[in-house]
Amino acid sequence: MVTSWIIGILSRALAYGTPLLLGTLGEIYTERSGVVNLGVEGMMIMGAISAFATAFITGNPWLGMLIAAIAGGLAAFIHAFLSISLRANQVVSGLALTMFGLGLSGLFGKGFEGKPLGATIPNVTVPLLKDIPYLGKILFINQSPIVYIGIVLTPILSYVLFKTSIGITIRSVGENPAAADSAGINVWKVRYLCVLFGGVLAGLGGGYLSIAYRPAWTQEMTGGMGWLVIALTIFAAWKPGRGLVGAYLFGALIHLSYRLQPWVPPQLLKMMPYAFAILALVALAIGSRRTFTQEPNALMEPYVRGEK
Amino acid sequence: MGKSLPIKITERPNPSGLVIIGVSFLALLSAFLVASFVFWAYGTNPIVAYRALFSGAFGGTYELSETIRRAIPLLLAGVGLAIAFKAQFWNIGAEGQLLLGTIAATWVALFSPVPKPLMIPAMFFFGFLAGAAWGLIPAILKSKLGINDVITTLMMNYIAINFVLFLVQGPWKGEHQWGFPYTDKFPQAARLSTIGTTHVHWLTLVIGVLAAILIYILINQTTPGYEIKVLGSNPSAGRFAGMSYVKTTILVMFFSGGLAGMAGVGEIAGIHHMLRNPSELSLGYGYTAIIVAWLARKNPLAVILTAFFFGAIFSGGDALKVSIGLPFQITDVFNGLILFFLIGSEILMNYKIEWRKA
Repeated sequence: MVTSWIIGILSRALAYGTPLLLGTLGEIYTERSGVVNLGVEGMMIMGAISAFATAFITGNPWLGMLIAAIAGGLAAFIHAFLSISLRANQVVSGLALTMFGLGLSGLFGKGFEGKPLGATIPNVTVPLLKDIPYLGKILFINQSPIVYIGIVLTPILSYVLFKTSIGITIRSVGENPAAADSAGINVWKVRYLCVLFGGVLAGLGGGYLSIAYRPAWTQEMTGGMGWLVIALTIFAAWKPGRGLVGAYLFGALIHLSYRLQPWVPPQLLKMMPYAFAILALVALAIGSRRTFTQEPNALMEPYVRGEK
Repeated sequence: MGKSLPIKITERPNPSGLVIIGVSFLALLSAFLVASFVFWAYGTNPIVAYRALFSGAFGGTYELSETIRRAIPLLLAGVGLAIAFKAQFWNIGAEGQLLLGTIAATWVALFSPVPKPLMIPAMFFFGFLAGAAWGLIPAILKSKLGINDVITTLMMNYIAINFVLFLVQGPWKGEHQWGFPYTDKFPQAARLSTIGTTHVHWLTLVIGVLAAILIYILINQTTPGYEIKVLGSNPSAGRFAGMSYVKTTILVMFFSGGLAGMAGVGEIAGIHHMLRNPSELSLGYGYTAIIVAWLARKNPLAVILTAFFFGAIFSGGDALKVSIGLPFQITDVFNGLILFFLIGSEILMNYKIEWRKA
C-alpha cells in the first residue's frame, strides 16, 4: 500500500520534473558560458503555445515539439542579441523576455483556449522493462517519451560539459573570457550558441507541457516553472546530474501539491514548491559556502575586447 | 572596431540629460513601431489600434482619470523600485509586497479593533509595514547569506498570491458575498474618497508624489543615500570605506517593500473595498513598476512622469480591449517590447557614434 503510493509519487515526479529538467539543462549551459537568462518562463510559454498551435493545426504533435524548440531558440536569440552584442543588463533583458513571452502567448493563444487537442504525444508502456521490480513501475509504465529524452540527455550533456573540448571551451568562456579570446576562441559565438541551446531546451519543456503532459492550452500555464528553473540551476551548482535530482525533487513537490489536497487547503500547497526553492537555497548557503564559488566567474559580465 | 568603417565609436562617460531623454524617446518609438507589427499579425490595423489606445488614455476627462488611477500604484511601487535598483538590489517582488499591503489593510478594515477615525492612517501604516516585512526577507537572505535576490523576491510573489487566494477562499471569505471568493465589503471609514465620480483616490496620489520627493532627497542629500549610491555602483569600494552592506540593503528594502505595500493599500481602500483574487487587485503593477523605474533611470522624481506614461498604456490597453476586442495581454507585449528597446538602446547613450573625418 505504502510502496504503491511512493511508486505513484515517483512516477509522477518524473512527469512533472521533466519540463523543469529540460529548462535547467539549458540554463546550465547558458550560465556556464557566462550569460544569465532569466527569460526561461517566457521561452517556455512561447514553446508551449507554438507546440499547441502547431499540433492543433497540423495534427502532428512531433512537429509541434520541433516548432516549440525553434520558438524557444528565437526567443533566446532576443536575449542573446541584447546581452551579448549590445551588452544590455541581463537581469532586465530576461525579465523583459518573460513579460513579452507571457503577453504574446496570451494574445495569440486566445483562440486556442479550452480547445481539446486530438494530436497529443501519448504515454507509453515499455514491454519487458516494465516488469523490473519497482523501477519498472516508476519508469516504464504510462510514461511520456519526452521523459526519456530528459533522462538520456542528462548524462550526455554532463559528459560534453566536463569531458570534451566543447565543454572546456564553454566553461573557459564563462570563467575567463579574455583568456579564452586570446586562445583563439570566439567568445561571442560560443555564448550565442549556448544561449540559443538554452532557449531550445526551454521551448521543448514548454511544448511537453502543452501537448504531452496536459494536452491543452491555458494562459500562463507554465505557472512559474521557468523561475523554478533559475533556482534549480543554482541548486544544481551548474551540474547537469544534480540538475536532474533537483528537477525530479521539485517535480515530486508539484505533484504532492495536488495529491495532498484532500487534507491541506490547495492554495497553501501551491506555495510549497516556491517556499521550498527559497529554503533549498538557504540550506545550500548555510551548508556549504563551496557551491557558491562554483558559479562561473564571468557570469553576467558582458565581454568587451580590450580596445587599443 | 574595423579601421575601414566610416564611423568612429567612442565612449561617452557621462551622457547628458538631453541624450538620455533623446535615446529613451527613440526607444519608445521603436517599441511602438514593432508593436504595430504585432497588431497587424493579429489582424488589427495598427493605426486604428493606436488611435483607440491614445483616445482611451487621453481622450477625455474620464479617460485621463483612468490613466491617473492606473498611475497611482505604479508611482508608489516604482519609487520603491528606483531606490532598490539604485542599490543594485534586484527587487522583482513588488507584486507580492503590494499584495501584503492589501492583506494588512483588509485586516485593519475588517478584523482589527482600530477606531473608525484612525482606520485609514492605520491601513497605510500597517500596509507599509507588511510590504516592508515581505521585502526584508530577501534583503536579509541576500546581504547575510548571498542568496540570489531575483529568485527570492520572485518566489515570494507566488507565495503572496497563493496566500491571498487562501484567505479569500478560506478563513476570510465574506459572509455576505453569496459564496464568491471575496472578503466582506469594507466599512465606509475604511474607504478612500475619490475625486468626483472618478476612481482617482487622491490621498494615495498625494502620498505617492510625496514619497517620490522624499526618496529623492534621501538618495541625493543624506549620508545613507550616499552609501546607497556608492554600494550600488561599487560595492567593494563602499565596504572598504566602512559602509555596511547589510544595513544599507535592509534600509533600501524597508522603503522599497513598504512603498509597494502602500500601493496595495491604495488599490484596496480606494477601488476594490474588499480582498479578492490577486489578479483583480493588481494587473501586474508590481512587474510594470520595474519598467517604470528603469525608464526613469532610477530617478524617483522622474518616476512621477514614467508612472503616468505606463498608466496611459494600461488605460489605453483597456480601451483596446473594449473597442477592438484585443486581449488585455497586449499591455504585456508593450511592456516587454519597451523594456527590450530601453536596455538595447543604452549602448547608444554610453557610446557616441561619429562619422570619421576624411
